[in-house]
Amino acid sequence: MLTTVLAAALVLLCLGALAPMIRGARRGSGDVAHDLVYLGSAAACLVAGSVALWFLVGAQTASVSLSLPLGIPWLPAQLRIDSLSAWFLLVVNLIGVAASLYGRGYGRHVDEPERVLPFFPAFLAGMNLVPLADDAFTFLLAWEFMSVASWLLVLANHRQPDNARAGLIYLVMAVFGGACLLLGFGVLAGVNGAYHFADMRAHPAVGWAAGVSLALFLLGTGSKAGMVPLHAWLPIAHPAAPSHVSALMSGVMTKVAIYGLVRILFDLSGDLAWGWGAVVLALGALSAVLGVLYALMEEDLKVLLAYSTIENIGIILIGLGLALVFKANGLFGLAALALTAALLHVLNHALFKSLLFFGAGAVLTATGHRNMERLGGLIHRLPRTAALVLVGCAAISALPPLNGFVSEWLTFQAVINGPHLPQWTLRFGVPVAGALLALSAALAGACFVRAFGVTFLGRPRSPEAAEAREVDVWMRGAMTGLAVLCLVIGVLPMIAILPLAQVVADLIGTPLPALADGVTPAEWLWLAPLEPGQSSYGGLVVFLVAIIVTAAVIAGVHRLASSRRRRSAAWDCGFPDPSPITQYSASSFSQPIRRVFGTLVFRAAERLDLPEPGDVRPARFEVRLIDPVWTTIYAPLIVAVNWAADRANPLQYLTIRRYLRLVFIALIALLCAVTLAK
Amino acid sequence: MTDTLPAILLQLVQFALVLAVAPLLTGVARKARGRLLARKGPPIVQPYRDLAKLLRKEAVLAENASWIYRIAPYLIFAILWLATALVPTFAIRHPLSPAADLIALVGLLASARFLLALAGMDVGTSFGGIGASREMTIASLAEPAMLMVIFTMALFVQTTSIPSIIDFVLQRPVGLRVSFALALISLVMVAIAETGRIPVDNPATHLELTMVHEAMILEYSGRHLALVEAASMLKLVFYLSLIAAVFAPWGLADSVAGGAPLLVGIAVWLGKLLAGTLALSVFEVAIAKMRVFRVAEFLGGALLLGLLGTIFLYVSQSP
Amino acid sequence: MLYGLDFDIAHTLGTSVLLLSFALLYQRRLSGVLEAFALQAVFVAASAAWQAWSQDAPQLYITAVIALGFKAIAIPLALGHIVRKLGIHRTIETVLGVNLTLLAGVGLVALSILLVFPVTLASGNVTRENLTLALSVVLLGLLMMITRRNAVTQVIGFMSLENGLVLAAVGVKGMPLVVEGSIAFSILIAFIVFGMFFFRIRERFDTLDLQYLESFRGDRHVDRP
Repeated sequence: MLTTVLAAALVLLCLGALAPMIRGARRGSGDVAHDLVYLGSAAACLVAGSVALWFLVGAQTASVSLSLPLGIPWLPAQLRIDSLSAWFLLVVNLIGVAASLYGRGYGRHVDEPERVLPFFPAFLAGMNLVPLADDAFTFLLAWEFMSVASWLLVLANHRQPDNARAGLIYLVMAVFGGACLLLGFGVLAGVNGAYHFADMRAHPAVGWAAGVSLALFLLGTGSKAGMVPLHAWLPIAHPAAPSHVSALMSGVMTKVAIYGLVRILFDLSGDLAWGWGAVVLALGALSAVLGVLYALMEEDLKVLLAYSTIENIGIILIGLGLALVFKANGLFGLAALALTAALLHVLNHALFKSLLFFGAGAVLTATGHRNMERLGGLIHRLPRTAALVLVGCAAISALPPLNGFVSEWLTFQAVINGPHLPQWTLRFGVPVAGALLALSAALAGACFVRAFGVTFLGRPRSPEAAEAREVDVWMRGAMTGLAVLCLVIGVLPMIAILPLAQVVADLIGTPLPALADGVTPAEWLWLAPLEPGQSSYGGLVVFLVAIIVTAAVIAGVHRLASSRRRRSAAWDCGFPDPSPITQYSASSFSQPIRRVFGTLVFRAAERLDLPEPGDVRPARFEVRLIDPVWTTIYAPLIVAVNWAADRANPLQYLTIRRYLRLVFIALIALLCAVTLAK
Repeated sequence: MTDTLPAILLQLVQFALVLAVAPLLTGVARKARGRLLARKGPPIVQPYRDLAKLLRKEAVLAENASWIYRIAPYLIFAILWLATALVPTFAIRHPLSPAADLIALVGLLASARFLLALAGMDVGTSFGGIGASREMTIASLAEPAMLMVIFTMALFVQTTSIPSIIDFVLQRPVGLRVSFALALISLVMVAIAETGRIPVDNPATHLELTMVHEAMILEYSGRHLALVEAASMLKLVFYLSLIAAVFAPWGLADSVAGGAPLLVGIAVWLGKLLAGTLALSVFEVAIAKMRVFRVAEFLGGALLLGLLGTIFLYVSQSP
Repeated sequence: MLYGLDFDIAHTLGTSVLLLSFALLYQRRLSGVLEAFALQAVFVAASAAWQAWSQDAPQLYITAVIALGFKAIAIPLALGHIVRKLGIHRTIETVLGVNLTLLAGVGLVALSILLVFPVTLASGNVTRENLTLALSVVLLGLLMMITRRNAVTQVIGFMSLENGLVLAAVGVKGMPLVVEGSIAFSILIAFIVFGMFFFRIRERFDTLDLQYLESFRGDRHVDRP
């Protein structure tokens, strides 16, 4: 089982290595390499994903370990698959299959495929290896491998000047995150060097070591996941990559970071104080609201999607934080509920965010534009893509009967059980987090009405948008698969919750209360997470009844009412204007929200420069937004780093003797430290 | 399985009743407003006639209207009809009530709003965009406010299922609590905003830059317009029934009870709807429409009242 | 959680006072503020009267009458008169946005709950709720004073603060009338002082906006028209 996944990862690696060889061997064989890489990746991911799924639904509960004769001498590389890693492997490979199939079509439109083909399978392999790692070294190695592969993919379109900057910022943040994890593992392992996860699990750190290591892990995994305030790189780097890679980075790589966080918080750190849960909860609520507000201010489709990833990471963190505080207070049933919600949202967000990035890629392929102000009316030119993206938009806006609603519903169910908590901070804090979650859900609705409405509806705002052509069958096929999954999980959430039961039971100690005594047929129909007869949601029933009612309405209206119909010019209150510029644009759509929230959060200022009558210069309208996180955290940090760099600069121009003296002093200092520690 | 058939019948009666009552309620509201303003006011049955007239007319579609524009009225109407049929109106336990708790009802309304806003943007006119943008802004505050109200109710009972909440409210002798009062005020504010009444939106206006709902549906005509209008009438029934069911659940029949309690339930429900509509009309006449950007403060206030209600809950609980 | 009608009515009245404190923060027009304040005083009076009846303490009726006559009728009328006579700008300038002020208000209510809770653990829910409501009203009055620029609204904030004190006083059994009398007296004095203050400000600087006073402080040298 474990070996199959490992083999799949190896195959992915080989594919990456093979691609340039085939391309290099024969000129004009680019298509062969292209097909080989993408179809091979799809097959490898399919195998690995099926194994993970089989692990979860099969009766097997024991984890499988493997020790490879690789790595550093006293610690051979340890691999292990348990229910948690299987769940994340499932997410990685599910989207991996979709992205590979999509890439089969999309990759043809990439400018320099040789900068994508070798690294795409390597990136997938890295993301497969992280959940498999069972010791700190292997984990870090896989983690960094994943980071480097994705960094190379971000630089695929290196000729665009912004992308070089994106690559640099991404590299800095990845190094920062990696360093945090490295130090965190170091502290957790202690002086005895217990780098095997089993050792850490057996002897969790205590006292200051636990606090320092957890803070470092939160920084390390949070920076990769895009948690506010460590998110600044994400909307720069994710959109810079080709769209199928953006989908993987936003939909999956952030989830791998969440995997790291869950592994550490729920598995390796023993029993945590409730304060850690409160911290995660607060960061999650902050990320959720800020992320979606950023997204609402954005006009670039892919950047918008990247910001919305920050929001969804926030929702996941809210679930994780709730699970931690419930667990710390011994409320295991509720902890299981919150963790189920968070892990289900991991899958859901991976599905619809990838779908939306694929859609953005399709729009980019068809028109060459990412900026919404140059798009519009695409529903007429790309009808199928539009329908599929609409499903994704509805799902991410948490609308029933799609999957986004189910995980947010479960999170809300956890929130309303906040009064069971004994701590006052939490009793007040949990409803506030719930309010922020509700706010972010509602704002997400506005955000995606805007994104879909401006991009696909209305009239085209550029000639390219007016001339767009529907994308090929591979791209549509990948999107269709994801859209169907969004609907299926929304309608029958038990399909996804059942495989999760074992994961939750392993991490919390008890399964979801409703699943404690097996699944009854009624539970497939009505999702009642805590007790039957309490809060319940029947996705299938709502869906079917809605369809029946709609059909009845359509039939009734067409039988009873006039079914005549005529096309005519738009009325527009008697002032139709033929110019598409008069339409509501993305920035005008968000103007009320910018005034309501933006003045508070972004200190948004609008400036209108209207020329006098007779003056022929164009009128100008400017919106100025100030990113609060950037000005309060990053800008001072950059200043500080520059200052430190200036001070450290003379060290570059020392003589050999002085360098040796530095090395000697460092050696003596370390030796003294060791002596004192003994 | 002997009571399956009556249960289904009950659900169907509910479907039929809410649809039949919806235009009546709007008619009453218009009539009452007219009388309060010392006008004669339109006849109470006028909304029925309007709908019938619209259904008979030919539907005119704008040239670049897409399939979303055509399917949206049917879906919006169906979703609101379904949502209204899921609220306990005259009886508590419908067979469908476990399918959607309060949060799911909010979700259903959000779906309808999502579709309506998209339909508003579809033709590509500036008015449609204005309406959609404002509707989503209002919703971005009204929806969390509504959820905070739900939290306040749910934190009492630790469930969001409406029958459980009603049972809880009915069991208590006197129904006045700080949190409850705050939640009620907040919910009324949300209902006013969501049903597009004064002071948030003016249901009677056209050709005004301050309009919200009417701007979105400006291009609709014929049967499509009839469906959208009927949907907003249903929304009024939805909110009034919800407020009545949760905050004044007296007179609701248990679904297993026989015919007489059901008839009483229907009568009481109609009475509550009438009272609510009249109160709404008086309020509407007494107050002036506010600027669009003031609406954010109004709904922000509703959100904070909901939050306050949740926080106050702990005061009356024993530690 | 059953305390009967007695408690529920006291509670509803107290809540209304608190809600009106929020209404005071929410208002943008001076006339609206005056109306909200008058209404708040009516509820304070009703609360006092109800406590007089339920505690069987007739002296509280006097408190109720004072609150009703003085704060609900006389002061709003007088302030309205001042506003009209001086031609003060009818809209209110806020230091913070309305929503932000309301948010701060909710935070203050949470704070007062947290403050009152440990102190009143022994004395039961009724006292606890009463004290929480009263303390919240006091804090919201203070908040109003610091977030409004206009002198009239500051006076009203001060008196709304005092309403909170009355609410606390009538809720506790056996509170002597002396306290109420002294409070009412101090309000009267405050009213006179502030009233004179208005006229003086008006004469000297032609505005009631306190911001302009600050430029006359010795330690700052800001040129203002």
